[in-house]
Amino acid sequence: MKNITSKLFLTGVFAMSAQIVMAATPLQLTSDVFVERQQKRSDGSVSTILEKPKLVVPGDNLVFVVKYKNIGSTPANNFSVTNPLPNAVAFNGTSDGSEIVSVDGGKSWGALSTLQVKGSDGKFRAARMTDVTHIKWNLKKSLSAGSEGRLMFRGVVK
Amino acid sequence: MKMEFTFTRSVSARLTHTRLLSTAAFVFACIMPVSTAHAATTIAGTNIENVATATFETNGTPGTVDSNINIIVVDELLDVTVTNTVPGDITTAPGATSVVSTFRVTNGGNGNENFALTTNVARGGDQFDPTLQQIILDNGNGVYDPGVDTIYIPGTNNPLLTPSASIVVFVITATPTTAANGDRGEVSLIASAVTGTGAPGTTFANLGDNNSDAVVGNTRADGEDFAAHVVQAAAIRLTKSALVADPFGGTNAVPGSTITYTLLAEVTGSGSLNNVVINDIVPTGTEYTVQSITLQGAPLTDESDVDVANYNGTRISVNAGTVSAGTSRTVTFKVLIK
Repeated sequence: MKNITSKLFLTGVFAMSAQIVMAATPLQLTSDVFVERQQKRSDGSVSTILEKPKLVVPGDNLVFVVKYKNIGSTPANNFSVTNPLPNAVAFNGTSDGSEIVSVDGGKSWGALSTLQVKGSDGKFRAARMTDVTHIKWNLKKSLSAGSEGRLMFRGVVK
Repeated sequence: MKMEFTFTRSVSARLTHTRLLSTAAFVFACIMPVSTAHAATTIAGTNIENVATATFETNGTPGTVDSNINIIVVDELLDVTVTNTVPGDITTAPGATSVVSTFRVTNGGNGNENFALTTNVARGGDQFDPTLQQIILDNGNGVYDPGVDTIYIPGTNNPLLTPSASIVVFVITATPTTAANGDRGEVSLIASAVTGTGAPGTTFANLGDNNSDAVVGNTRADGEDFAAHVVQAAAIRLTKSALVADPFGGTNAVPGSTITYTLLAEVTGSGSLNNVVINDIVPTGTEYTVQSITLQGAPLTDESDVDVANYNGTRISVNAGTVSAGTSRTVTFKVLIK
């Protein structure tokens, strides 16, 4: 039963929060998640398709999509989007690498290649995608009224 | 008596990899690499909750907005593997009972799953069908302890395995009396997820842990491996060796030297041999040293009497009685070079 309610809850919250957002802020932010599947074509080649996550098991590849839109009448500046990574998901990159990440719960930020974590032996090593705890995009442009965009990152179910 | 051989053999493996897809949401523009990285498996029924937050300024006033919360329930993956843990064939004999085959059943899924156990004794390509006596669940020490380990009763004590956990299962069989020397018989153990089995991708709505859905993985949630039993009749091998001691403390074979002959009778295969008699003729040019016969290091007399050895003037003879496969008997006697 828990499963069914959770999945219904997903759409319910979506509609509800969208209304609240409209009333409170000029910016609309929606999050969506898809499961990546490999589908074999009749000619033997494989295509990658994205499905609504009806069935998700460890090892599945997820694609998180964050859409933003300025639904107000004035431009928005210093626009930044942060997405903490769910515990059961290992970060697996973004489509364009424009993000900065945190490997310490959101305290410090940078490109993954510039970050380090302390290994089990007490020595620092280069951070890996599996160390990522938060993802952030600092959009350096002004978001004019009515403009919108989309951000994306990938993860693997641990 | 059982002997272990170190033959290796190929084990059948399933390599099916198909995913059944219902509806395609939309085809994504960029091709993304497939990752297999997962450190610790997420337990079935866990919620993945995702929410994004945006910060911005409008007319110099800072604002914050959260997205909707996305909740995905991690479903239960049903996977199981069975492996025969004893490499090579198991030696048996016609009519032998309590022949032990050892398997390990491992839960490859992410849920707490019960597994039903069955055997198949009627496999093709072999010469006899072992007779199933019992399926036994190990108590954790990996060794079959009769009377201590639990007898498996289908549907009553299906082993419950947590994710990645495994259990050792012993399949106890008998070998038919009609099996001939050299015949092979195979027995397989099959473990099936109680929630369900089928083609990879088969789903069972709400039957996973915490009411998640259950989905069959690449193992079809149904693992199998087999053990082979080979009838190997008892056979005897006799090896003779000599040790020379000359009168001067050396080892030269000269007149006056004493030769100690050692006769090693080894029984191989399975079962035992009855009435094993070891005879050896005293060589020409030598003289038997009286009362020098030993069996397993114990001295025996030359006379035909209560003990099992005698010397009749030309040969020594020792009746070693019944000798089990895997054991040996050692007879020694001495002669003097004339």
